[in-house]
Amino acid sequence: KSVKKGFDFTLMVAGESGLGKSTLVNSLFLTDLYKDRKLLNAEERITQTVEITKHTVDIEEKGVKLKLTIVDTPGFGDAIDNTECWKSVADYIDQQFEQYFRDESGLNRKNIQDNRVHCCLYFISPFGHGLRPLDVEFMKALHEKVNIVPVLAKADTLTPTEVQKKKIKIREEIEQYGIKIYQFPDCDSDEDEEFKQQDLELKESIPFAVIGSNTVVEAKGKRVRGRLYPWGIVEVENSAHCDFVKLRNMLVRTHMQDLKDVTRETHYENYRAQCIQSMTRMVVKERNRNKLTRESGTDFPIPMGPAVSESETEKLIREKDEEVQHEKNKPVLQLGAGFSQKFQYDFKI
Amino acid sequence: MSSHGHGGSQSSGGGSTLLGYIGIDTIIEQMRKKTMKTGFDFNIMVVGHSGLGKSTLVNTLFKSQVSRKSAGWARDEKIPKTVDIKSVSHVIEEGGVKMKLTIVDTPGFGDQINNDNCWEPISKHINEQYEKFLKEEVNITRKKRIPDTRVHCCLYFISPTGHSLRQLDVEFMKRLSHSVNIIPVIAKSDTMTVEEKQEFKQRVRKELEMNGIEFYPQKEFDDDMEDKSDNDKIREAMPFAVVGSDKEYQVNGKRVLGRKTAWGIVEVENPNHCEFAQLRDFLIRSHLQDLKEVTHNIHYETYRARRLNENGGLHPICDTQDSNL
Repeated sequence: KSVKKGFDFTLMVAGESGLGKSTLVNSLFLTDLYKDRKLLNAEERITQTVEITKHTVDIEEKGVKLKLTIVDTPGFGDAIDNTECWKSVADYIDQQFEQYFRDESGLNRKNIQDNRVHCCLYFISPFGHGLRPLDVEFMKALHEKVNIVPVLAKADTLTPTEVQKKKIKIREEIEQYGIKIYQFPDCDSDEDEEFKQQDLELKESIPFAVIGSNTVVEAKGKRVRGRLYPWGIVEVENSAHCDFVKLRNMLVRTHMQDLKDVTRETHYENYRAQCIQSMTRMVVKERNRNKLTRESGTDFPIPMGPAVSESETEKLIREKDEEVQHEKNKPVLQLGAGFSQKFQYDFKI
Repeated sequence: MSSHGHGGSQSSGGGSTLLGYIGIDTIIEQMRKKTMKTGFDFNIMVVGHSGLGKSTLVNTLFKSQVSRKSAGWARDEKIPKTVDIKSVSHVIEEGGVKMKLTIVDTPGFGDQINNDNCWEPISKHINEQYEKFLKEEVNITRKKRIPDTRVHCCLYFISPTGHSLRQLDVEFMKRLSHSVNIIPVIAKSDTMTVEEKQEFKQRVRKELEMNGIEFYPQKEFDDDMEDKSDNDKIREAMPFAVVGSDKEYQVNGKRVLGRKTAWGIVEVENPNHCEFAQLRDFLIRSHLQDLKEVTHNIHYETYRARRLNENGGLHPICDTQDSNL
């Protein structure tokens, strides 16, 4: 039944303009989402603030449907003064959480639209010496709201040694600044060796050094996606050239469900908890103002008699609290990362 | 030797025709001898985000370790909070000619989250050098050869995004093109294919024009038709898309400077790969002297005139000196 309905996935791409985000997205999903795009010049960009744009595309492969939504952040980091330019991005993510929160609390929950951002690909410039202040600030502002997967953009500008050095430096800096990027789940000990090896390689490839291409070129008699230079041809899908294949496999073939799970179980729950807390604080304030004698709303509420009128928020809080308790007692089924995507069971109500 | 030399005894515009050989043309040889004895100064400033290959390019241009990177500055140094100005000087000798080359680096430019006014320390530095020179000039006892620390050329590194110029690029060049010779270059251009390069250059040139940015060689300073046609060709090819490298590899039996990737070797001096050779020829082999002259005769004079006009001019050392100004 799930297969019939299809799956949905929301991917956000963030980073300065000119790092090949659109090209990479098109390469990953073999789409042409940015066909009629108009590139702005410096003048036009002065008045731009960071926009949030959405493109949705339906992809079908071997009977499995995927509704893919790409959230783009044009204008990010382009201004002279980029203070807090990540705010609109953070707000967008929160808005999706809020929307979902409302829908969940609504009466008709059968067809909830899940627009929450499941993964954010953050593009790091290959021209720097590692992370720049803006990169650090962005990731720190968002690492508790969304799964961040850092990628090293336009990696064909780097020699193999340079790629290695940069990756190491970036990984060090990520740790140094306490940035929590998306962690690949550890392998179960009963997985086979090959799988474990792949998993290890994946973890050591962060950030993924990627190259994208909208064009097909001829290399060694084959037609491949690539970039033609006077000194050679870069093949996007050649693992010796870049980590594109690793990223694609991770994103689409092996970790898509985990990304969604972590979004749901960690980031969304964080949001929810914060939301509930702040709501209860509001209610407590109100209550104290009305001089009612009742306990703080964060405890297990005593079921109220019909004589007392209940404000809507209080009702919501009560329902949520009950649900939270209910969730904590539910058994959680872990699916191995290699488990085929076709057999997904949604355990949420 | 300078390409501006005119040989022959033809004179245009009403000079007298010569009846025999006098030897005026030997002045060029005399100048050459003098220059070889005294040597000359050349100061280049490099501006751009960190990581655009500025130090490497400078090393490649002068085929020696002249940049700050080579002077032992650790690559892992933190990005400074404000723009630093760091100068490194070397004496380079070739064919008996000595050049004191100074590279002025500007770490921190464009690297912060808020880059407002990050051009100010640079502007200040340039003006300070003019001021220094001016002070020496108005002295009663002047040095025989005033040390020239004025910035003769500012290489501005454009990030190869493939889209267009950034706001910061436009702001910087707009503000500084009237006080120093700006030569924009497209950095790390091995990230673009041939078509991408062409399109990017066109867009950048259009933007430079739209914003009224006069980069060197400025149209208004073309001496004559010959100059104009030479410079027109150069202006149309700018900004040069360059790649720098201080490593050598073997290609077709020759040792060349390049970058070795998994799919081929980018040869820095190969005109089919990038425009480094053009930049080098332009900067060093044809316009080096002109850069200095434009700096002295135009940018410096503008500064000087402004300074002497404000508040009644410089503090006179002695009354009789004023008439010499």
